[in-house]
Amino acid sequence: MEYFLQQLINGLTLGAIYGLIALGYTMVYSILGMINFAHGTIYMLGAFISLIAFLAATTIGGASVVVALLVALFSTMGFTALWGWTVERIAYRPLRAAPRLAPLISAIGVSIVLQNFTAQAQGARVKPLPPVIQGGFTLMEGDGFTVNLSWMQIIVMVMTLALMAGFTWMITKTSLGRAQRATEQDMKMAALLGIDVDRVISTTFVIGAALAGVAGLMVTLYYGVIDFYIGFLAGIKAFTAAVLGGIGSLPGAMLGGLLIGLIEAFWSGYFSIEYKDVATFGILIMVLVFRPTGLLGRPDVEKI
Amino acid sequence: MLRIEGLKSGYGRIQALHGVDIEVGQGEIVALVGANGAGKTTLLMTLCGNPRASEGRVLLAGEDITALPTHQIIRRGLAHSPEGRHIFPRMSVYENLQMGAAVSDPRHFDQDLERVLALFPRLKERLDQRGGTLSGGEQQMLAIGRALMSRPKLLLLDEPSLGLAPLVVRHIFEIIAAISRDQGVTIFLVEQNAFHALKLAHRGYVLVNGKVALSGSGTDLLANPEIRAHYLDGGAS
Repeated sequence: MEYFLQQLINGLTLGAIYGLIALGYTMVYSILGMINFAHGTIYMLGAFISLIAFLAATTIGGASVVVALLVALFSTMGFTALWGWTVERIAYRPLRAAPRLAPLISAIGVSIVLQNFTAQAQGARVKPLPPVIQGGFTLMEGDGFTVNLSWMQIIVMVMTLALMAGFTWMITKTSLGRAQRATEQDMKMAALLGIDVDRVISTTFVIGAALAGVAGLMVTLYYGVIDFYIGFLAGIKAFTAAVLGGIGSLPGAMLGGLLIGLIEAFWSGYFSIEYKDVATFGILIMVLVFRPTGLLGRPDVEKI
Repeated sequence: MLRIEGLKSGYGRIQALHGVDIEVGQGEIVALVGANGAGKTTLLMTLCGNPRASEGRVLLAGEDITALPTHQIIRRGLAHSPEGRHIFPRMSVYENLQMGAAVSDPRHFDQDLERVLALFPRLKERLDQRGGTLSGGEQQMLAIGRALMSRPKLLLLDEPSLGLAPLVVRHIFEIIAAISRDQGVTIFLVEQNAFHALKLAHRGYVLVNGKVALSGSGTDLLANPEIRAHYLDGGAS
């Protein structure tokens, strides 16, 4: 029981991070019908920016931990948002009328460029960050095993919850969210109602990138080690989460993220940690074979 | 209100319009009739900037809007209820109407909503329903209502009668007449149902293979034997 609870906590924390990245995939997919394979590297960029910003704020600026964290948060969101905007502008928009394979290839190209730039500029070795937020609670003790809930895990979950709640509110209640949904459902008609469709698409990339950036910040703080390659695997796992939840569905992306995190944690806890990625991608294959629309995806049967 | 001069346009290499001249005066209802594939829908879409005109000019209230992007054209007082209605299927009727008001002052929203719902009481009962679940006639009402939410100077209607039962068609045309009469909106209407369209319109144009073949007052065109033979006999009721 204690062991189970611990895996549950670990899985939810991990899943929250995947869910944040998955939102970006699903948003872009629902508007453009395109998988933005450069999205995973944005998360990596977020991790590096937050590491740099945090270290700069503490060592050069002499800021306190809380201030440094805020500096890291805002500079990460700012930089990743700017990067997301730029990528859309130069690598995807010119290809919008091109065959679907073209933006996919340019997405992979963009992520290779960013990865290699990071490897050159920051070095290819693993970057450590000494633990910033330590401590937590002992929830339970028994059979010589203690269940811990760390402050860091609480922060990850609360922050994810807050971001997802704010994001859901934005999509369902504000005029920007309405314009986004309209563009997603009928781009031509949205333009005929005076919506600047290009701007809506840019905004989508900006928001998705900022969310992935926050995920990068949280991973840096949570694991304390990052390298230039982390975006690849995390990106594909978040993509799996989006597919599992139903690509194009926002609640699906959040649910899929949590499930992938839980599966990974339980698999590592009970079977073998070496094979955890096999479990994740086995699920991707099974979903694609047996339920291609995912858990919350909708089959297209509406009358138009 | 609207002045189209020597307009040429098309999709890709296929040219659909070969120099069209049309004028729509303030407060008028002007109908554009013609067979399938004559270029009627292409003309309305070209007015909205998609596809772009390859030659010619479009003036809206004296301003050249030919080269403006679609959303800028709409912001200048044009509203389009396109062929096939294009209701947002997974948005409620209310949200569809909100989208119609996307370019207008939010302070007008309540007033405009009331005006549109008075015109289409049926929509009032369905405000929370998803657009995709409405019947064809209700979707057409929503499409016109949505276009009116922006307080347009000029309303474009593309095939408002398409696929609707005769009784519903009559109702829709009555409402179009009311919009023109009571609200002073200028209307440019494209129809295959030439009889209804020409009966309603002050003036009409006949489009054949991307060119204006005939024009005149609605009643004159209705009386024209050539028109009767091509567009009316058999189809009208």
